[in-house]
Amino acid sequence: MAKMRVYLTFPTDLIQVPVIYHLGKDFNIVTNIRRADVTPTYGWVALELEGTDEDLRRGIAWLREKGVKVDPIERDVVLP
Amino acid sequence: MEKIKGLRCRECGRASPAAPHHVCEFCFGPLEVDYHYENLQRIVTRARIEAGPPSIWRYKDLLPIDGEVTLGHHVGFTPIIRSRNLAEEWGLKELWVKNDSVCHPTWSFKDRVVSVAVIKAREFGFDTVACASTGNLANSVAAHAAEARLRSYIFIPADLEQGKIVGTLIYNPTLVAVEGNYDEVNRLCSEVADKYRWAFVNISIRPFYSEGSKTYGFEIFEQLGWRAPKHIVIPCAGGSLLAKVWKALKEWKALGLIEDAGTRIHAAQALGCGPIVTAIKHKTDVLVPVRPNTIAKSLAIGNPADGYYAVKAVKESGGWAEHASDEEVLEGMELLARTEGIFTETAGGVTVAATKKLIEQGIIPRDESVVLSITGMGAKTQEALSGRLPETMTIRPSLAAFDQALAEWKTKHYIN
Repeated sequence: MAKMRVYLTFPTDLIQVPVIYHLGKDFNIVTNIRRADVTPTYGWVALELEGTDEDLRRGIAWLREKGVKVDPIERDVVLP
Repeated sequence: MEKIKGLRCRECGRASPAAPHHVCEFCFGPLEVDYHYENLQRIVTRARIEAGPPSIWRYKDLLPIDGEVTLGHHVGFTPIIRSRNLAEEWGLKELWVKNDSVCHPTWSFKDRVVSVAVIKAREFGFDTVACASTGNLANSVAAHAAEARLRSYIFIPADLEQGKIVGTLIYNPTLVAVEGNYDEVNRLCSEVADKYRWAFVNISIRPFYSEGSKTYGFEIFEQLGWRAPKHIVIPCAGGSLLAKVWKALKEWKALGLIEDAGTRIHAAQALGCGPIVTAIKHKTDVLVPVRPNTIAKSLAIGNPADGYYAVKAVKESGGWAEHASDEEVLEGMELLARTEGIFTETAGGVTVAATKKLIEQGIIPRDESVVLSITGMGAKTQEALSGRLPETMTIRPSLAAFDQALAEWKTKHYIN
């Protein structure tokens, strides 16, 4: 099992979609919210993910496909 | 004297030992170095600082280095220049240019943070340093690793310009060109930093690295005669420099080294990548990440790690923020060169352009002291000026040819 720490950023149209629930149910990923800030128009969640490499890869690909921005917890790592 | 207390989470405030970690294990908030200020209060004085070397190491008491300074001896203490011409052009009473375009050894303020990081990496026992960068950081990590005789791995996007590659490769690092889009490079480097026991300067030892930025502020205050200016305009990429200059100001006020001058810190970003400035203008703490599209590549960070803290610092100080379009950035570079003889990179053009707007809007009153933060060297971003520079007078090697060309030139350019 591998662990990942990510920020998820949600656009307005996904605020009401239970995406973290689907990560667990559809991709067998254990999620643990560490910090979050969700407003009616925008939201982010600092999340720990645990699962097999393949499940994590599929889960993150699904998040991106849905329009959720997935970033390393460090945010932008490549600096000028 | 024990000076470093450890690391402290900027979000939940939990303390942890001074170790190469950058994220709070509890809440994933960023970690920051905390000091025994009660000890520092007893020993840090103006006289002690003035007796130090002409480099950032005169502020060593307030940097997270335990032992001796073992490299980067000449970093910092760059000139602060009293502007006459640009001040006159803008109608300002007191304008200063803090010029890190001549910072040793790689001509940007990044030498401040990297020298601290590489010394700290050695103290932690690392034999390898690393970073992911598209420019100034890559140059500086490769140069300091060479001096430290440490191995270095520099990750860059594969399509980086040749000039930046040469400016890094000359120091003989292992340069890893990653074939992928920006997000893929970003994610890969985060994973590499997690897996390999290397000192990734802006990831695993970021809390120590970023403390080096405080010296930019310390120098401004000392060089102005132990006083803080009324306004400082700072370009933002990740937001760390701005947040750390604010920390520097607070530290020196707390230690009694300077008086409170009501300094207001203003943020400058490009219009094509300005999430920090946008958040300030919208009066919100929420930073909405953007996809960068600007010639100011050294500020092109769409999802800045310290963006929230930069916004907070600007708000606390009572400052404001401005964007600069690409055209305004180029005009800013040309204006600083034409008036003060300083050739800065595009980031400096952003600062000049944003300052001009803040003055025109009355946010910076013309009778108050202002410091322009120039953080990098123009020769690194020459491409940006392509097609905009004045023409050359080309002649045959004879006095007659020069006389004739000069007469034509004067007529053409209306010179008496």
